[in-house]
Parts: sequence; structure tokens; C-alpha cells
Amino acid sequence: MTIAAEHASDVRVRGLSPVWALSAVAFLVLSLAIGVLAGPVDLGVGAVLESTLARLHVPGVSTSLTPTEEAILWEIRVPRVILAALVGAMLSVAGATYQGVFRNPLADPYLLGVAAGAGLGATIAIAYLPEGLRGQRALPVAAFVGGSVAVLLTYAVGRSARRERDAATLVLAGVTVAAFFTAWQTFVQQQNSETLQQVYSWILGNIPSTGWSDVVLILPYVAVAIVVILALRRVVDVLSLGDDEAASLGIDVRRVRLALVVAATLGTAAAVAVSGLIGFVGIIVPHAIRLLSGVGYRALLPLSVIIGAGFLVLADVIARTALSPAEIPLGVVTAFFGAPFFALVLRTTRGGAS
Amino acid sequence: MIELRGVTVELGGRPVVAAVDAAVADGEWLALIGPNGAGKTTLLRAIARLVPCSGEIELAGRPVGALSRSELARLVAVVPQEPSTPPWMTVAEYVLLGRTPHLGPLAKEGARDRDAAARSLARLDLLPLADRRLGTLSGGEKQRAVVARALAQEARIVLLDEPTAALDIGHQQQAFDLLDRLREESGLTLVAAMHDLTLAAQYADRMLLLDAGRVVADGAPADVLTEVMIASHYGASIDVVPVGDRLAVVPRRSARHT
Repeated sequence: MTIAAEHASDVRVRGLSPVWALSAVAFLVLSLAIGVLAGPVDLGVGAVLESTLARLHVPGVSTSLTPTEEAILWEIRVPRVILAALVGAMLSVAGATYQGVFRNPLADPYLLGVAAGAGLGATIAIAYLPEGLRGQRALPVAAFVGGSVAVLLTYAVGRSARRERDAATLVLAGVTVAAFFTAWQTFVQQQNSETLQQVYSWILGNIPSTGWSDVVLILPYVAVAIVVILALRRVVDVLSLGDDEAASLGIDVRRVRLALVVAATLGTAAAVAVSGLIGFVGIIVPHAIRLLSGVGYRALLPLSVIIGAGFLVLADVIARTALSPAEIPLGVVTAFFGAPFFALVLRTTRGGAS
Repeated sequence: MIELRGVTVELGGRPVVAAVDAAVADGEWLALIGPNGAGKTTLLRAIARLVPCSGEIELAGRPVGALSRSELARLVAVVPQEPSTPPWMTVAEYVLLGRTPHLGPLAKEGARDRDAAARSLARLDLLPLADRRLGTLSGGEKQRAVVARALAQEARIVLLDEPTAALDIGHQQQAFDLLDRLREESGLTLVAAMHDLTLAAQYADRMLLLDAGRVVADGAPADVLTEVMIASHYGASIDVVPVGDRLAVVPRRSARHT
């Protein structure tokens, strides 16, 4: 008893270690700064800082930027950077959540048909809606509706198999629904070949420069999803023991899994609605963190939020500056730069933390 | 403490456990024995409500279906036959997962939980390994971590499914000696599915012999472990020999046809 009490301090969970938390936050802050400063118009660090302080009503500070520069900073760059951060955070944490809930290291946020459904919604909007309607509002809404309907259908198909306890059934249902929606989407696309390029560029993903409207559109979904997932992060560690053992440890596995999957999926549908299908982020970010730090889900999930946000902000900077004024599809950037980085991580951590 | 009345489990339309009646007293050690496929694992899973069953199961006087998952987990801990031990998890983190039923779904472990985990780590001599990852442990060390997790759960009933199948004879003995000591010290009730009849006879107060899902014998080891019983249900020819005040089961080689 006394021996044990002395050793109670030895019994610790490697939660968010200060080193990792600080490094992650520093990475995010640096990425945000680069994202705000990079662009065809050079605003200058000092002027941006002044303008920020002035916006925060710090007395005695006024902006030295012209009204046009102010507009570039606050109506284009800042909202775009924030949008990229939200999408990156959401896709990374959703990927990590799916990997834990389905005990499948290859699970990504698109596992349950969200991508195929959103793709169909977007394609229908591009093909059939009049030009004026589709741009700002209708496209993300159509993509969001398509993604959500696909996942609902996945759940319905999974449940009808009457083996609800089996997570693999749900994954198979997701594959089925995704195949169906992708076929439908391809058909609509072929019937309207004049929209091919627009559909294609949506599918490859990009962060739009649409000011604050898209940020406002997805913020509630992303915020709720991240709060729910982080609140349940300890439970994800328990789920990694498998359904039976989690149940015998007192977890209502079906209910918890439903809550996590709904949160991750709704958030992903919202992110996909504004940004298209950005691949690879949901797999590479959680795995890179896992390989480098070796932590469990309760630290992995918050780290995925922070590092995923920074990663996508940087990827978006490359997408919009590398061939400026043209933009490279963001999905191309994340894979082109992400893949070699991930290969390096795999190489340096072999036999390591996985 | 544990009451089973007419417990039947059907899997794929076939009864795997059929109308089992049994009672286990507080602090008793019951060995579930029987040939492969007799329904030992399924019966344990039914008690832990991991598989749907008909009939009645009562734990501490309450029907098992009326308990919430976490109430049930505070009453019953399970040591599965093939526990999953994520290689990245440390021993301390793994044992702390045993505290899950004592925490709300959103809570994290407090001082009491770390204390309970430290106690069970100490009991299994795992304190020096607390920060080691499960992936770096030997089979015996891993098995001890699994038992430590079950103890940290602080449940009064522990169900064990072939808990020592992966261990050598020395580690088997250590594990069972330890479980026996814990039973005496903490009044645990143990129900263990066991293949090794000699080990079962060494430790269990009582044996339940299952065959094709039915109870075919229930009683003290001396009553259950007879040459006729084992021959008819296991198809094995054995000798039962006394060793000290307990029994040992010795397999007999079939007569060679020359």
C-alpha cells in the first residue's frame, strides 16, 4: 500500500508533453504568419502587425496600409488562411479519429462515402445550376448535402446488415455507397462535358478566396466536431483495444462510435464542401505525429488539430504562390510535398514508435 | 454472487451454450473445463454481456441486463484469451485503461485512479516496467500487464479465458499463485476457462465440465476429474493421481499396435 502510494507518481499517461504542445503551436503560428504575409502584394511584416494591433483597438496604433492593402489583408488573405487552417485541422483530426474508431491505420476522412457524395453534389451544382447561382453559395451547400446524404446511406446500409457491432460492416457499406455515388457523378460529368474542367478542379481541391463567407459557413460544424472529438479522446484510446474489450471496460461502444463518426463526418463534409477533395492530409498528418512522438490518441487528436491546420496553411501558400498568378490544385500540393516528407519520416523512425 | 439459470446462447442458429444452470459463491474459484468448442468462452462472454443470451444471469443479486455498461464493468473484469495490446501504449497507460468504468465518459484519471493503477502494478511487479511500451514486453510480461489492468478495474468478479495459455510452466504457476493470493486478500471471485486439467485441479475449488454447451458435471475436482468422465467427454485416456492433497491428470499413451 505505502509502496504503491509512493509510486503513484510513476503511473502517468503521456498526454500532451509541453515540448510537443509548444512546438505544435509554434509551427501553427509560423504557418499562419507565412500564410498572411505571402502573396503577390508585399504588405511587410511591420505594417501587417500595425494593422492587426489597430484592428484590436490597441490605443495609439494606426494602420499604415492603404485601404486597398487593408482589403487584401483582411478580406482576402486572413480569411483564406483561416479557412485553410480550419479545413486542415478538420481533415487531420477526422482521419486520426477514423483510424482509432475503425482500428484501421489506412482509414481516411473519406472512408464512409463523404467524398463521393460531396463530389456528386458539387458536380450536379456545376452541371445544372445557372452560372450566377452556383459560385458563392450553392456549390458548397450542394457538396455538403451530397456528402451528408452519402454517409446517412452508408449507415442505413451498414445497419441493414444487422451486424451493427461490426465496424468492418460499416466500412464495407461505405465502399459500396462511394462506388455508387462515384458512378453517378461520373455519368453526370460525362453528360455535361463542357463542365469537365470545373468539376475536375473542384475534385482536386483548393481553398477559395471568397472572403469570410466560407469561414462563417463551416466554422460551426468544424468547431462542434473538434470539441466532440477532443472531449472523447480518452475513449478513443479505449476503443483501440477492440469492441469487446472496450465494452468490458464499461464503454457503450456503439453509442460512442456513433458520436465520434457523426462528428468527424459532419466536420469533414463541411470542410470538403468549401475546399473540394484534398487528399492525403487525413492520413499523413496523424501518422507523421504518431511516428515521431509515439503517443496515444489522447495526445494525437489535439496535435492533429494544431499541426493539420499549420500543414494545410503552408500547402495553400505553395499552391497559390509557386506558379502565381495561376494556382496549383491543393490536393496536388499536399501529395507532392507530403509524400516525400512522409517517406522521410518512415525512414527515420523504422522499428520505432508505431 | 453469480447465478445462472437456463442460460442459452445461440450463434448462427446453433446453441453453443444450452440451458446452463450454475452458481458461484463469493470468493470461490470455479474452473470451466471441457473439450474445444464446449462453450467455455461463450459462457464467459455471456456473463460479461458480450454476447446476447436467453435465460437469467444475476450478479450480486441483480440481473445482468439491468446494469449499465459501466456498472457491469465495475462488477466484472475480463481477461480475454487474446487481449489486444497496442504496441505503442505504455504499461502504465494500459493499466490505467482499467479505470475506465470509474470515470465519466469525458473525465480523465485522477489521483485515486493513479493510486489504484500503482497498487496493481506493484502487485504484479510491474512498477519497473511502467513506462515501457507493450510492444517491447515478453509474452509473460504482457500477460501480467493484462491481469494488472483487470485488477485496476477493482471488480469483485474476474473472468479469465485461458489466462495462461501463452505462458511456460513457471510463469503459469506464478500467475495462478498470484491470482489465488489476490482471491484470498481481496475476496475476488474467479471464473476461469482452463485447458490444463492439472493446473485447474491445483487451484480451483470447483469445476464445471461443459460438453457441447451443456453442463455434464459440476463439483469438486475429485468428483469431476474421473477417468470415465474425461474419456467420455474429451476422448482421452488418462490417469488421475493424487499429488499432495490435490489431483493431477496424467495422459496415458495408447497401446501400440504391433
